[in-house]
Amino acid sequence: MVEQETTKQPIQKGRYGSFGGRYVPETLMFACEELEKAYEDASKDQAFLSEYHSLLKEYSGRPTPVTYLKRVTEQVGGAKIYLKREDLNHTGAHKINNAIGQALLAVRMGKNKVIAETGAGQHGVAVATVAAYFGLSCKVFMGALDVERQALNVFRMRLLGAEVIPVESGNKTLKDATNEAFRYWAANVEDTFYIVGSVVGPHPYPMMVRDFQRVIGDESKSQFIEKTGKLPDAIVACVGGGSNAMGMFYPFLEDDVALFGAEAAGKGIDTAEHAATLAKGTEGVLHGARTYLIQDENGQIIEPYSISAGLDYPGIGPEHAHLSKSGRVTYRAITDKQAMEALGLLCKKEGILPALESAHAFALAVEQAKTMDPSQTLLVCLSGRGDKDVHTVMHYLEKEGTIHESI
Amino acid sequence: MNRFNQYLRPNQGSLFIPFITAGDPSENATVDIALMMQKMGASALELGIPFSDPAADGPVIQKASLRALKQGMTLKKAMFLAKKMREKGLKIPIIIFTYYNVLLQLGEERFMKLAHECDIDGLLVPDLPFEESGDLRRLCTKENIPLIQLVAPTTSDKRLKQIVDQAQGFIYCVSSLGVTGVRQTFHPDVFPFLKRVRELSPIPIAVGFGVSTFKHVEALQDHCDGVIVGSAIVREIEKHIDELKDDQKRKEALDDMYHLLLKQLFNKDTAVI
Repeated sequence: MVEQETTKQPIQKGRYGSFGGRYVPETLMFACEELEKAYEDASKDQAFLSEYHSLLKEYSGRPTPVTYLKRVTEQVGGAKIYLKREDLNHTGAHKINNAIGQALLAVRMGKNKVIAETGAGQHGVAVATVAAYFGLSCKVFMGALDVERQALNVFRMRLLGAEVIPVESGNKTLKDATNEAFRYWAANVEDTFYIVGSVVGPHPYPMMVRDFQRVIGDESKSQFIEKTGKLPDAIVACVGGGSNAMGMFYPFLEDDVALFGAEAAGKGIDTAEHAATLAKGTEGVLHGARTYLIQDENGQIIEPYSISAGLDYPGIGPEHAHLSKSGRVTYRAITDKQAMEALGLLCKKEGILPALESAHAFALAVEQAKTMDPSQTLLVCLSGRGDKDVHTVMHYLEKEGTIHESI
Repeated sequence: MNRFNQYLRPNQGSLFIPFITAGDPSENATVDIALMMQKMGASALELGIPFSDPAADGPVIQKASLRALKQGMTLKKAMFLAKKMREKGLKIPIIIFTYYNVLLQLGEERFMKLAHECDIDGLLVPDLPFEESGDLRRLCTKENIPLIQLVAPTTSDKRLKQIVDQAQGFIYCVSSLGVTGVRQTFHPDVFPFLKRVRELSPIPIAVGFGVSTFKHVEALQDHCDGVIVGSAIVREIEKHIDELKDDQKRKEALDDMYHLLLKQLFNKDTAVI
């Protein structure tokens, strides 16, 4: 049922269909080639892989469980809904899986300095955490606006020993932090490893990050079979850059499982304030890869918007672009409002506070479940916990005037 | 290509290729700055197209890019600015310097049409490495618009040979790691690197990234055919923004910059062309 080419990606030059590639300045070519070779070697080395898996187990607490949502399923009245609990990882989200993998690779390559970009600070916290664990020096580039908005995560990174560098260029948000991290990497490539936080960037990053995140899908597969005797009928994950979704989807690409990605519709995809890259974007090249982008007709990148800081990225991982174009994965846009309602439902009915990013996936899951038969099952990747978002949620509900109904 | 042959022949140390951003600080100013560069003895002009995410550029050119975007500059508008430069007497080759996304959105075929219409001579795409540039390179060859290639001290011998074999116009040698911008020192490997490039290249080799003083130019001149100067010029533009925007005061500001840059870069009081 699936075109064979869907899973055999990336093909030559880091291509996923026509997407991906390596669009970087000449000063970064050596670094990308060096990284590609080092990763290729490491990914074939059993010692490296077993160290990675033992850290996932002993440091991050994997495997994360799969939880059946009895009360939500009863209320929704369709397919049985299950959560893959990435929120139960150390540092509270799936980001740590990738940070551990890349930090191990940095150590293996003899680089004792790591850098990272961060938006809301989740990836920054994960990298600061593993840097502390491995004794690496760590710089996190963060847009100056985000530094203001996410004071707690900034403090958390500093507490972990990382240096947080506010980026004053451009719009002072995630995309500018990413540009600055690339610039810094180009100048310091000899001793510095750049830990990219999602399945974006030049080859080999989209492939490598996916490989470090596929543990989500691999575990889910065996856990689900153990629990229900078969694979889920559908899987839902949220997509900003798309690392939790790619990690979840990848092991299921050749299976008879419907896959759904939830991107952020912000205030609505027909407004100017959204981050729905696949619904509204056009093809282009940013941060080293060919993919869909939110941009104007002259090729200038437009600042996206979502209430969820982890989803407001103007691009999307090139493999998602390919999976969308090939039709293997269906992507839908979820508004702030839908995500907020879903967050409330999960809190009230199951006692689980999801991250705002993950609430987008859960909102789409509830919609899908309604259209499915009670004999069917649906698995949602709950990519992170919502403690970091409590302030945003409170502010949103106060503004909507619904806080009293909600508590 | 004819202009390239006329103005950009291998010529030890003496080629001067300035970079300015189109629309910084205004369209009229850009045209007059270009003419001033020619008067300074420029052998070609790199006309930079502003981009929202200029990942290969340092802070000076980032800011110029933002200023130009605020003026509403686009690739197409910049190409017509080049036409205006020609009308006002610019003779040297004009090379459009643009990030790939901006070029993609205009369309590569459409770019070529406009390039002919606006009398543009070459193209440089800083985030399109050799491996990704095959189709565009073939199109450029067909259209006789050289696609200028960059090489860096970290470029491997194997890639260097591939790149040089296909290169047209001149070879842009990146002096150091990192981004564009004024710096004190070059990469320690810069001289052996330039030697490697020179041995392979039949076309002129020019050095850019951080070339900002006469000391730099002097140090480099025996090792290459010329220099590319961007941030040092753009920084002067930044210092003279208000005067450059003002049609009444522009000439005076340009005279000022002309003398200052000649002194700073070539230790000369007037250009000897």
